Amino acid sequence: MITSAILILLLPLVAFIIQIFVGKRLPRKGDWVSTGAMFAALALSVGIFIDAVAQYEPNNVLATATWDWINFGPVHVTFGFLIDNLTAFMLVVVTLVSSLVHLYSIGYMHGDPRYNRYFAYLSLFSFSMLGLVLVDNLFGIYIFWELVGLSSYLLIGFWFEKDSAANASKKAFITNRVGDVGMFAGIMILFSITGTFSFNEVFAAVADGHVGGTLLTVAGILLFFGAIGKSAQFPLHVWLPDAMEGPTPVSALIHAATMVAAGVYMVGRTFVLYTPDALLFIAYIGTITAFIAATIAIVQMDIKRVLAYSTISQLGYMMVGLGTGGYTAGLFHLTTHAFFKALLFLGSGSVIHAVHTQEMDEMGGLRKKMPITFWTFLIATLSISGVFPLSGFWSKDAILASALGFGMTHPAHMPIFVVLLLSAGVTAFYMFRIVFLTFTGEPRDKKKYDHAHESPLTMTIPLVVLAVLSVGTIWWGWVEHMLVKPELASYGSHVASAVEHAAEEHGVAHSAHTIAMFSSVVVATLGILLSAVVYFWRKISADAWAEKLKPIHTFLWNKYYFDELYAATIIRVTLFKSRLFAAFDLKIIDGIVNGTGRLTAAFSRLQGSIDLRGVDGAVNFVARFVGYLGSQLRGLQTGNIQAYIMMALFAVVLLFVFQQF
Amino acid sequence: MSVGLNHYLFLAAVLFVLGLYAVITKKNAVTVLMGIELILNAANINFVAFSRYTDTDMDGQVFAIFVIVTAAAAAAVALAIVLNLYERLKSINLDEADSLSG
Repeated sequence: MITSAILILLLPLVAFIIQIFVGKRLPRKGDWVSTGAMFAALALSVGIFIDAVAQYEPNNVLATATWDWINFGPVHVTFGFLIDNLTAFMLVVVTLVSSLVHLYSIGYMHGDPRYNRYFAYLSLFSFSMLGLVLVDNLFGIYIFWELVGLSSYLLIGFWFEKDSAANASKKAFITNRVGDVGMFAGIMILFSITGTFSFNEVFAAVADGHVGGTLLTVAGILLFFGAIGKSAQFPLHVWLPDAMEGPTPVSALIHAATMVAAGVYMVGRTFVLYTPDALLFIAYIGTITAFIAATIAIVQMDIKRVLAYSTISQLGYMMVGLGTGGYTAGLFHLTTHAFFKALLFLGSGSVIHAVHTQEMDEMGGLRKKMPITFWTFLIATLSISGVFPLSGFWSKDAILASALGFGMTHPAHMPIFVVLLLSAGVTAFYMFRIVFLTFTGEPRDKKKYDHAHESPLTMTIPLVVLAVLSVGTIWWGWVEHMLVKPELASYGSHVASAVEHAAEEHGVAHSAHTIAMFSSVVVATLGILLSAVVYFWRKISADAWAEKLKPIHTFLWNKYYFDELYAATIIRVTLFKSRLFAAFDLKIIDGIVNGTGRLTAAFSRLQGSIDLRGVDGAVNFVARFVGYLGSQLRGLQTGNIQAYIMMALFAVVLLFVFQQF
Repeated sequence: MSVGLNHYLFLAAVLFVLGLYAVITKKNAVTVLMGIELILNAANINFVAFSRYTDTDMDGQVFAIFVIVTAAAAAAVALAIVLNLYERLKSINLDEADSLSG
């Protein structure tokens, strides 16, 4: 089990290394390396998943492996893998969507000048995401968290020749950074108290009452900041719509199905750490996100942007699910959403591939030209709208039931359910708006319509597979059995006493389910009908209403002015600060450095002249003096033997003379 | 006036000075060698004179014989040197043998 886990992790990594170094020289630019590695990882993941299903135990831990990583005095950091039911689910979701996207990309990216690098990045992303799912500690999750952020950055900016893509990648990276700082602080709070990163040990410390109270709430909220960034929750959701500048399969894989769900996964994984206050915070952030994003999606005209806002909205739903105690509901929605949202993105990619535009203004009537794309897209749309019996119905219903149950036990928090229900109706409305504007009616751009054609097999096969997975009856029931909310009661009374999330209490849960189910079907139907009236039968003119509600329309069209708000406040302050620091750097720091340099140079010159004149002068003087003496005395050495004798005689005579005195 | 030690010493001194004069002033190498012989013989006269007039047995006279022998050998070596000098310079003028001049 652990061996296959390591293999699952290493296969994409090896593919990445091969692709990045020799991909260009391989036949077909090596797309088969990445795709093959991913399908192999998929097979192994399915193996693990089958094991998990065969045992059919709630929250079953299938395998763990831990080894020492850093031993540094009292600091022990271990690294390891943890494979339980949640991991098995996530492994299958990630590898399945990833391998389908690989397959799809072969068709979609055909002929791109950086074809091999694209596949290398996809492999890098898959490696990071699988690592994120497999590790058993907060430190590891943080590392892979940053790695998925990096690969997301690389893929958003894949067509970096376009300024908009380059800017979008920077925006995504920096926005995520903001959340990650909070997450890091949260991890460090937990580490400073418990002295460990390992999930099990941290959870045990919480269960012992070692960590608790306000500090645990703060740690939980800080951890959740990471999820706010990565899962594009309000107020850091602004990067995700811009991230649509990346290739569409990337949007499907990273910005719809897997990476953005990492925040939800992380919250689910560390679920027992969140105090009721932290959970409430999560629930409200999710609610605000779900509503804001859904309303913005109504008016956008770019097909991928609508889907991006839809993704943000659905991620908000998952957060509400978790925040209101619907652990199973949130993670279940993660799974179903991964499939139908990937399908929606791949479908939109297929459309974009055919008509070479993302503006729904220029589409229309594509149903006959692209039947497979249309039918699969329709299934996904029905699913996300929450139509029985598709997967979205079951998971969204579970979340709504959880929110309603929470509202029934704590009436003050009833607005969560109401807003979610409203957003569900809006979701159905804007999703069918896409379908009607794209696939039905008269073609609005004749030339593009004539040019359109159904996509190749490599692109339609993934659509069909995902469409099958979006059919929901194969899901519910046994998922509920396998992913059960961790027993909070066992994690210390101070946590458990306050967490009385009602969905788990039988009476309330049952009635909540029934009410939620009916109301969600009703609002979905209303939304679809309204959408049909406006965009299919054209009884109500959308333009006229937009004109009538001009202020609201403008407000939504400009996405609540979030970008402008940030530009005017945070970005301006940051830039001002940066300029201040730059000036300080240039004038003062550089001044000091340059001054020191100049002083040293002057001192050196002084020392140099002392050396040259003084020391060298003395040495040279001695040499010159000796030389002069020699030149004066050399005259004595005539070589004439008689002269020598004369001198000797003279000396002897002198000796005698001196002896006399 | 009988002949005493001082007479001999005086003769030897005159002989030594004459020899020294020849050695210092003469340009011809052979003449210089002859000067050297004079100096040696001056020494010999001193040896013999001191031997006769002091109480030292025959030591001085034996030494004089030694000096004559070594002087003969030295003369042979010196003449050979002069011959070589001539080979080299085609002259035995000592003023020309100054290749060691500083």
